[in-house]
Amino acid sequence: MKRRLSQQQIPVAASLAVLLLLYGAGCAMFPRFGSLRVLVNLFGDNAFLGIAAVGTTFVILSGGIDLSVGSLVAFTGILIAQLIAHGVPPLAALALSLLFGAAFGALMGTLIHFFELPPFLVTLGGMFLARGLGFVVHAESLPITHPFYDNFIAQSLAIRLSARLSLPFTAVCLVAVVLGATALARWTCFGRNVYALGSNEASARLMGLPVGRTKVLVYTLGGFLSALGGCVASFYMQSGNPASFVGLELDAIAATVIGGTMLRGGVGFIPGTLIGVLILGLIQTLITFQGDLNSWWTRIIIGALLFVFIFLQEMISRFARRD
Amino acid sequence: MGSWIHLLFWAAFAAALWSARRHTVFWPLLALALLLGFNQAFTPGFFTLELRGGHLYGARVDILNEGAKVMLLGLGMTLVIATGGVDLSVGATMAIAGAVAAQGVVAAHLPAPAAAALALGAALIAGAWNGLLVAVLRIPPIVATLILMVAGRGVAQLITGGQIITFTDPFLSFLGNGWLFGLPFTLTLVLLAFGLTALLTRKTALGLFIEAIGDSETASRFTGLPAPTVKFFVYVFSGLCAGLAGLVAAGNIRSADANHAGLYLELDAIIAAVVGGTSLTGGRFYLAGSLVGALLMQTLTTTLYALNVSADVATVPKALVILAACLLQSPTFRAGLARLRPRRAS
Repeated sequence: MKRRLSQQQIPVAASLAVLLLLYGAGCAMFPRFGSLRVLVNLFGDNAFLGIAAVGTTFVILSGGIDLSVGSLVAFTGILIAQLIAHGVPPLAALALSLLFGAAFGALMGTLIHFFELPPFLVTLGGMFLARGLGFVVHAESLPITHPFYDNFIAQSLAIRLSARLSLPFTAVCLVAVVLGATALARWTCFGRNVYALGSNEASARLMGLPVGRTKVLVYTLGGFLSALGGCVASFYMQSGNPASFVGLELDAIAATVIGGTMLRGGVGFIPGTLIGVLILGLIQTLITFQGDLNSWWTRIIIGALLFVFIFLQEMISRFARRD
Repeated sequence: MGSWIHLLFWAAFAAALWSARRHTVFWPLLALALLLGFNQAFTPGFFTLELRGGHLYGARVDILNEGAKVMLLGLGMTLVIATGGVDLSVGATMAIAGAVAAQGVVAAHLPAPAAAALALGAALIAGAWNGLLVAVLRIPPIVATLILMVAGRGVAQLITGGQIITFTDPFLSFLGNGWLFGLPFTLTLVLLAFGLTALLTRKTALGLFIEAIGDSETASRFTGLPAPTVKFFVYVFSGLCAGLAGLVAAGNIRSADANHAGLYLELDAIIAAVVGGTSLTGGRFYLAGSLVGALLMQTLTTTLYALNVSADVATVPKALVILAACLLQSPTFRAGLARLRPRRAS
């Protein structure tokens, strides 16, 4: 039990250290980096990524992978924009898109479980399908202009922190999703089944756990959270664009791995994913503050971090097996 | 006159189908025949071939030329998949190779063949990095190659300085645009690469080693196969194929675009291999099948364009092809089909 805990805790501790180090370095280098505004923006700007990454974390915990995230987020965004443009009440449009996301995920989960197809290929098909369907809904960017978006979500639901600064609703969504998902992973049967499935599918089946139901539900949850990410992205962008969020699934996977979840499944920690998302956001912010470093350094640094964390995981799990 | 050529084309195709009737490559070949037949019937101008200035022009020549990149990638990808792995980084490697070649000519004023060799060297290093992670550090392939997929495009942009580097060098643009024997040069390149790969894997024991490792790595180690060496080799080979494809892509548009060169082509290469009958779980591979798979996907794309379907929406039928190819490989699905058959007979 103790070894199991350390295997889970070392990567999370390492990513927390990286997060604090990055934040400290930023504060030391730039006088205005430590302001509350930077912190608020960090949560607000990365909310959709965080929510989608929580879905990815569940899928990876179960031993699978979901490549359809970016396309599904973009599809949800354009679906909501098109529905609202056609006079559908915004709440109904949001509910409909969430339902679609969950159904899409359930369909992929069904294919993966019942036909024993590799998750990587099925969700790849899902990625192409959702991307194309987005262009069928509307072929270009569509702004959302509705009092519900302009006043209610952007103004009334934002939490006022001071006279000139307020916490956007998207950040509230992110924190709520992370808290809810942590509870789901830790204190429900479903959560424990996901961990068992990811550790060893054969023994999970021998223990009599509902492997099939859990697998389908995991992809359903992934699709639902991608759609929720799309809703939050539409709050943030105030528009929908079928060509947007290409490659978001890679950021979501990177955030999950940097947050201490084993890519082989079975070991991981939901709040760790939030740390991973914040690290990615901080790198972006640091590069923006720096000014003369170019944006491609972001990809290189994320790649390097990914390598370090994957290497760390492999070493830890190898030592754990050796004992 | 024109109809004679058509008849000849279809006769050759039918002969190819007949000779492949017991082979896995039959199914993608049949799908390709159906798609071409559809075009023959419904797409006006699809089957015209024109000889202009000693060069053949026509939709089928375009398909061969456009499909060359995925066919090249497919060769490397097929061997990687046969060992039970996957290489997600080939698109990023293409971008790196194109960037190195363009900067070699434009910024370093190297002779073009040297720049091309340097680009292939860079692709080789990229492949060796993947091979190191998978074969030596034993990191799962999806994860290991994901790192280069994320970082590689950044490296390519670092090389080009974030700009699109255009060049006028005749050697490099010949690689993507040249003509040889009246056909695009890329076709010769693909056939050469295919011939070499087939020789290497089917006339030496290497192919057997690769399939053995894909079947069961443990068992192959017990029989004394150098599993890490073979695995390292297939990733290096995949990197090299990606480098060639990157040179073709850069030559085609006479520029290196770090952002878009080879974007999503890793997925097309995987699809080409799977459609061609290579098992994703490893253990068996069909190089010719991958070529047919790549041509099938390219024909589908060209057909959709001819039908005025936009490039963006064209991903929907592509997705359906992937899912259909997956289902046809699924043991459960096949068992279901097999169960249906005797019932119908009785």
